[in-house]
Amino acid sequence: MMKQFLTLLMALFIAGMPAFAQDGPLRIEITEGVIEPLPYAVPNFVADNAAGAQFGKQIADVIASDLTGTGLFREIPDTAFISQITSFASPVQFADWKAINAQALVTGAVSVDDTGKLVVRFRIYDVFAGQELGNGLQLVGTQDGWRRMAHKVADQVYSRITGEGGYFDSRVVFVAETGPKDKRAKRLAIMDYDGANVSYLTDSTSIVLAPRFSPAGDRVLYTSYETGFPKIYVLDVASVNRRSLNTAEGTMSFAPRFAPDGRTVVYSLTQGGNTDLYRMDTGSGVSTRLTNAPSIETAPSYSPDGRQIVFESDRSGTPQLYIMPADGGEARRISFGQGRYGTPVWSPRGDLVAFTKQSKGRFHIGVMRLDGSEERLLTASFLDEGPTWSPNGRVIMFTRETQGAQGRANLYSVDITGRNLKQISTETGASDPSWSPLQK
Amino acid sequence: MVAIAEITPRFVRFLGARAVVESGKGMKKQRVGHYKMTYLSKTLILCAGLALAGCTNPDRFANTGADGLNGGGALAGSAQDPASPLYFQQTVGDRVLFEVDQSNLSPTAQSTLAGQAQWLMSNPEYNAVVEGHADEQGTREYNLALGARRANSVQEYLESQGVAGNRMKVVSYGKERPIEICSEEACYVKNRRAVTVISAVPSS
Repeated sequence: MMKQFLTLLMALFIAGMPAFAQDGPLRIEITEGVIEPLPYAVPNFVADNAAGAQFGKQIADVIASDLTGTGLFREIPDTAFISQITSFASPVQFADWKAINAQALVTGAVSVDDTGKLVVRFRIYDVFAGQELGNGLQLVGTQDGWRRMAHKVADQVYSRITGEGGYFDSRVVFVAETGPKDKRAKRLAIMDYDGANVSYLTDSTSIVLAPRFSPAGDRVLYTSYETGFPKIYVLDVASVNRRSLNTAEGTMSFAPRFAPDGRTVVYSLTQGGNTDLYRMDTGSGVSTRLTNAPSIETAPSYSPDGRQIVFESDRSGTPQLYIMPADGGEARRISFGQGRYGTPVWSPRGDLVAFTKQSKGRFHIGVMRLDGSEERLLTASFLDEGPTWSPNGRVIMFTRETQGAQGRANLYSVDITGRNLKQISTETGASDPSWSPLQK
Repeated sequence: MVAIAEITPRFVRFLGARAVVESGKGMKKQRVGHYKMTYLSKTLILCAGLALAGCTNPDRFANTGADGLNGGGALAGSAQDPASPLYFQQTVGDRVLFEVDQSNLSPTAQSTLAGQAQWLMSNPEYNAVVEGHADEQGTREYNLALGARRANSVQEYLESQGVAGNRMKVVSYGKERPIEICSEEACYVKNRRAVTVISAVPSS
């Protein structure tokens, strides 16, 4: 299994052109090619007052964890530092940072103001150019939001150096799993993208499945068995209040996803054993049938402009991916490789579809273009499923379940280049992640 | 929400594309909302509500074999009593199995279901919920739809044998409730099933 994966990586390495633009300002071009991670230093933030002291190292550590975790950056440990940052205002000794090959330097200061708010200031330097990369910024927030502020700093570093949006100040809603496979308890949980700050949104009385964030990240759609039958609920993240969607008695509804308008929901509804796609206006509760076929139609996902829906159907005999207009109508098949395709998710940029593929007894997470071309498998294991996109469309998180009686589900993430596969550490088993947009 | 302002004077920006505010003074203080919710207290309230709901309408998984949860009046009749739910489970047979990805009924399955239909018609004080299940191969969503097909096949067959449609409900659990937990065909074959779960008709 590992060997297969390495082979995949090697193939990408050879196919891609390494791109590390060194002319002009400090810059990483994120391409297919494997690049040497960019060395950077982030000294502990300087405490501007006594109350800020406890945050200086914590914030620097989270920034470093975010940046190094991308695989695009490499942290230079502070034991290698020649000069120390003791004052945020003093000029940076570029020669000292050049000497340890720190190409980027992040300095910061932290204090608690007289209203109890945490104040974080930071600057990003292009060491070899000997100048600041963009302007310094100040963040003000609550003290218990210090991790978010660190993520925001890291997002700034990432976006200024890569030229793309960041994804660190974001959350993930998922299903926390405990207990043996045949009696698994499931509850909705929410955490920061890196696994910190977990809290629970439901208890484990009923099976809950596949939560999906609203476009603004304020609500979550999910499926629960609390009536004894699968039914869709919408939950307000801040208040934890929830209500069920108004679906007919005697039907089962599942696989919901918001449209980009945040008001329309597309979902599967099963009646008389047949599963089709519907959409509902959550304001009026009025639903519209989008497909009408004896086959299974499920796992719908909107394009970012809301005009099309990609979904899974077995109308050809095996599960495959199709795209149709958002109002229903003729669908075109986009998956043509060997195997079975499911759970398509449209990328935030609109140019790719991530999916689950089952082939020769193994599962993969992959991406393809909208016409099915350039299919690329990013992972392989006994059971990988359910991709979700990072806000900037660079990373995919998914569920990986291990084999056998002791099998456990965990969350993993992987770059769309196939690099940087890693597990997100969670206390319990975890499945069905949905990645929020960047927080405001 | 975390407010962000440029340190260098000229602009005060809210990152997240909310607004760009002109300011000549730099470091303008912004009001900052509370980000962290008090999830604990709210979750507790929610849990209390769910617990109540759970009592009246449990999200129960009935595959309990001999321990008597299948049917409200199970303890009244032993497995030898032909009118007992235990007899239905153990002698008639409460489940049928399916091939990979299939929902059609084998001759063995049809024979089991004919027995179920007969039992249900002889025991009108019981209703049935047909649960459809899938093995762990396949995505969550597809397996939910597949389990629904299986449950529906059983319901239709029972109906064709004379059981009134309004005595039956169907539900799919997809791959959420395997009875065998190994990751081999020996287990999968038992998990690809539809189970007819009977319960006493509530007296009104």
